[in-house]
Amino acid sequence: MNILEIKSLSVQVEDKEILHDLSLTIERGKIHVILGSNGAGKSTLMNAIMGHPKYKITSGEILYEGEDLLKLPTFERARRGIFLSFQAPEEIPGVTVENMIRTAKQMISGEKIKIVPFRKKLRSMMEELKIEPSYASRYLNVGFSGGEKKRSEILQLMMLEPKLALLDETDSGLDVDAVQIVSNGIAKFHNDQNSCVIITHNSKILEHLKIDRVHVLLDGKIVKEGDSSLIDEVNSHGFENLH
Amino acid sequence: MASKTYIEDIQRTLYDIREEDRSIYKTSAGLSEEIIRDISARKNDPQWMLDFRLKSLEIYNSMPLPTWGPDISALNMDEITTYVQPDAHIVGSWEEVPSEIKSTFDRLGIPEAEKKSLAGVGAQYDSEVVYHNVQKDLLTQGVIYTDFESAVHEHEDIVREFFMTLVPPKDHKFAALHGAVWSGGSFVYVPEGVELKLPLQSYFRLNAAGAGQFEHTLIILEKNSSLHFIEGCSAPKYSVTNLHAGCVELFVREGARLRYSTIENWSRNMMNLNTKRALVEKNGLVEWISGSFGSHVSMLYPCSILHGEGARCEFTGVTFAARGQNLDTGASVIHVAPHTSANINTKTISKSGGSATYRSAVKVTKNAHHSKCSVNCDSLMLDDESRSDTVPTMDIEAGESDIGHEAKIGRISDDAIFYLTSRGIDENEARAMIVRGFVEPIAKELPLEYAVEMNRLINLELEGAR
Repeated sequence: MNILEIKSLSVQVEDKEILHDLSLTIERGKIHVILGSNGAGKSTLMNAIMGHPKYKITSGEILYEGEDLLKLPTFERARRGIFLSFQAPEEIPGVTVENMIRTAKQMISGEKIKIVPFRKKLRSMMEELKIEPSYASRYLNVGFSGGEKKRSEILQLMMLEPKLALLDETDSGLDVDAVQIVSNGIAKFHNDQNSCVIITHNSKILEHLKIDRVHVLLDGKIVKEGDSSLIDEVNSHGFENLH
Repeated sequence: MASKTYIEDIQRTLYDIREEDRSIYKTSAGLSEEIIRDISARKNDPQWMLDFRLKSLEIYNSMPLPTWGPDISALNMDEITTYVQPDAHIVGSWEEVPSEIKSTFDRLGIPEAEKKSLAGVGAQYDSEVVYHNVQKDLLTQGVIYTDFESAVHEHEDIVREFFMTLVPPKDHKFAALHGAVWSGGSFVYVPEGVELKLPLQSYFRLNAAGAGQFEHTLIILEKNSSLHFIEGCSAPKYSVTNLHAGCVELFVREGARLRYSTIENWSRNMMNLNTKRALVEKNGLVEWISGSFGSHVSMLYPCSILHGEGARCEFTGVTFAARGQNLDTGASVIHVAPHTSANINTKTISKSGGSATYRSAVKVTKNAHHSKCSVNCDSLMLDDESRSDTVPTMDIEAGESDIGHEAKIGRISDDAIFYLTSRGIDENEARAMIVRGFVEPIAKELPLEYAVEMNRLINLELEGAR
């Protein structure tokens, strides 16, 4: 069963076409990995799925659980269960981590979230991600180090419990220990009802995860797909021979 | 002074409910010696006050309009009724206030706030104070809190000594106007060493169309005393121009501490040309909390004169200009004595074509060595049609002083909106979160209910002109 079907998608950024006629299918309950060189269009793909206004879809379609995703505004996509962990998360002064996550959770679920159990859960998730408790009342990403921003993204992932998690280079700029923490977070989040799409340059983050499908994205197109053995192939031979 | 202030859960529509104009007397519109004499006679002014009014009128007539700042040409003094006497006499119990006037203040939550968390309340309706009350134990400690007319008669010597000495009529044209037609307002005197645990609040409500409100507030804090004074103001909306030209004079003696809080929410037909000034003596502190949300045009720059060694000023301001509003606000500080310090923090927001200007003036005289002043102003424009300007001036004569100024003008970034919407938060709420976040550093300095009230006003503003 597929959660996401991308069919012949072309995307422009500022009048330049980045993705050309790209097709990709993500299965429910699976972990997919997208590999690709810098500038191949990986982040463009993530932003297009999430609906960033700067990314213009010129042709093709995206179906999410069978529904035409492109008709929905970003917040509706999120409410239907899509989550994007950003490569460079925005700083939002004056809005605390706790407040943002609670507001988001309320909006997604349509229910009032009781503060006490919410806090308890937030605390325990933070502990797991080795985030200082005081960060709950800090302004979102303001003054966070690169690694702290990434962990804050994974904290949101764990709290918001989406059905489809898009993780855009969540491991970049992290040291070995931090990669391990983030990887554990993803492992804890993942189950057979939700799907992950992991974009990475570094296979460290994948070591303890069971990877189901691997896609290689080059020059705006998926050029090769396969099982997890494709990771080793790319690691030993690079992208050159995949064209 | 972390005192808690109760503000009723209010909505803009409540501000806009008009009562029928049941005033028992109005002067004719415009300004003339005859009108001034009429107001003065009705107040039974002493001769010196009548003379003061007439002299002020002369100054008014001889002075030009300000040549800088927002356009105030929509103000035609010939059409402004300067004195509107409500059908009520000042009383000390809400039961005695006429019901239609009382219902206005009920809606604004004033009697409720008084019960819960205020040490005293003054309520002005159009040109006259209709209610004034202060806790008995304050009276026994020698605290005076009364309407200004009573003060002129009962504390004539003090009033005569201080009235419009900090803001003399020659200061500017609207100070002169105020000197001529002032009516209502509050007088507060706190004796040496007396610290008020709960705030005093004066609320000014302008109900009559085409009228002016010119209340005078005079506060004197003797040595080592402390007070939190809250000023509230609102008016229903009319199609004609209303004018507010109040005047606030604050005297903070050695070691005394005064917090002066205002959340101003005049309607959009109001010209708000208000003058506020504080004189702070040795080791004294004045804290201004200033929220400007309403009015068509505002010109408001509370000034602190740090007159004694070690005197301090803290200024915290939020201004929100929406469609049809030109809010020119800011603060000024004059360092006159050594080791004085000031901290100015302001946030301005403009949206839907509104214009917000932050104007500050810092002066450090030769004598004020080792003084410190830090000015921080952040502006946020919510769209491309809105305006935001920062006009700081600094005049530093003392060599050894530490003066800093930081100004930031920004917009809500699409990426920030996208980030929040990608979390399931709709665009409007995302925008509101960012705006609330922008003022949060200031909101957290406010008493809780004030912060709630400010957030509510911000939400209303954001919903208003979509």
